[in-house]
Amino acid sequence: MAVNQARNVAIVGLYEWPKRVDPDVSSMQIKARSIKRALDDAGLTWADIDGLYDANDGEGGGGLGLSAYLGIHPRVIDTTSVGGSSYEFQVAHAVRDIAAGRVNVAVLSYGSKAASQRIPIGTGGPRSAGNWQANMENAYGQTLISNYAMVAMRHMHQYGTTSEQLAEIAVTTRAHAMRNPEAVQAMQDLQFMNIREITVTDVMESRVIADPLHLLECCMVSDGGGALILASADVARGTKKKPVWVIGSGEGIEYRRNGSDITVSSAARSGPAAFAEAGVSPSEIDVAMIYDSFTITVAVMLEDLGFCKKGEAGAFVADGRLRWDRPGAPALNTDGGGLSSNHPGMRGLFLLLEAARQMRGESTSQVANPRLALAHGNGGQLGGNHAGGTNILAAD
Amino acid sequence: MPSRPQPSFPEHDTQPYWDAVKDGKLTYQVCTDCGAVVFTPRGQCTECGSDHLEVRVSSGTGTVYTYSVIRQNRVPAFAELGAYALAYVDLDEGFRMLTNIVGVADPTKDVKIGQRVKVEFEAQDTGDYPIPVFRPV
Repeated sequence: MAVNQARNVAIVGLYEWPKRVDPDVSSMQIKARSIKRALDDAGLTWADIDGLYDANDGEGGGGLGLSAYLGIHPRVIDTTSVGGSSYEFQVAHAVRDIAAGRVNVAVLSYGSKAASQRIPIGTGGPRSAGNWQANMENAYGQTLISNYAMVAMRHMHQYGTTSEQLAEIAVTTRAHAMRNPEAVQAMQDLQFMNIREITVTDVMESRVIADPLHLLECCMVSDGGGALILASADVARGTKKKPVWVIGSGEGIEYRRNGSDITVSSAARSGPAAFAEAGVSPSEIDVAMIYDSFTITVAVMLEDLGFCKKGEAGAFVADGRLRWDRPGAPALNTDGGGLSSNHPGMRGLFLLLEAARQMRGESTSQVANPRLALAHGNGGQLGGNHAGGTNILAAD
Repeated sequence: MPSRPQPSFPEHDTQPYWDAVKDGKLTYQVCTDCGAVVFTPRGQCTECGSDHLEVRVSSGTGTVYTYSVIRQNRVPAFAELGAYALAYVDLDEGFRMLTNIVGVADPTKDVKIGQRVKVEFEAQDTGDYPIPVFRPV
């Protein structure tokens, strides 16, 4: 590990909303209550918040609207909203702001009622009409899933990747979900069929939503939310739990371009930046929390983040290699992931919550003595416009 | 006849493109300062930032770069279609276009990466604008 590695900013508090179907609360209530519980987890107070980072989710209004709801006057507000990667971007910005002395206690939060409000995230609505992108897209009936599916189809064509190989990712995350009581409850509340460990055959026999992606390769649509508290090293010395240090971050974007290789995601930009700042390499990572909107998302990002070579993710994930209890490769999405624990629309916050729990020793699929975790969020549509944020966390 | 969502105007970047579509022409832009091919239509060159963009008419032939057959879409215009093929087509002039592949018996079997395709302008039940789609040649 690099000797000059900066340990200026730590995750000191966290809370994950336990219910995945919760018709009796608003998104703002999920956000605010999660913030209070995350502050309690840290031993900090409402008045300590001086930086508020918000993805403009819920019934919110962004950093301004959420400040008003909470009744606080932060010195910094940041309304970075890049879909599911918003939280990895916001962590990068909070680290920057804390390092610059502008913030001591930074708060990120998320609340969504996607299940209760029956929002068809993956198979629903076009962009709003009458802009430069919608006018070129809406006539063709693209769904969110179909963008990821076209990446998968091209990946299979270029590299010989198979559906059976991609299915391993869903099998591994389901195994982790079955160890997480909140994930099991989620699958019950969302009326999943067959709430048990699944096999590659189960995935292959589930119906195709958009070729080549099957139902069991697609994340669920749930309610949910949570909050994350980051603080300066000075504040972190006095908090209740062991701090989890943010030692590197990277931000990247990618979009539809003439002649581009759509099997390469924005992670190819954000990943190397994060590893360079952290002074560590992918082979040192114990826990990899990678946005599993679909199986292909994880495959592409394992490659682009440098866990394996481009085109080799299919072989890399084989034989349960990324399960929590297998040495020699990072444990993948140990909470059960978006595929089998929760996906209210923007999963990026949960990647950070579980990565931090692992560094604290609090996961339901706890890796033995982990030192380093990675959280990589993806927002927007893989293969089309999308943003990728990478954070690297270190245990105290 | 199909009834796909129509483009919506006023919209300054895509209006000339759709007006050409109505005349049976598939157009793209080329930067007269640096030669870059620009698509989808917009006001600036994506390579050098120049606003000197010339509209050219494409031959309408290209190659399927990738595709997916969509089995489920809750948007009403597509909900009852049955399976249909969404694709990126790389036109011979060097631009990539989101589109549909039509005119195949079974889209789950008859669409392939690398397949040669040609544009056609599909008339719509409602609205003034036909929709450019591609058919294998």
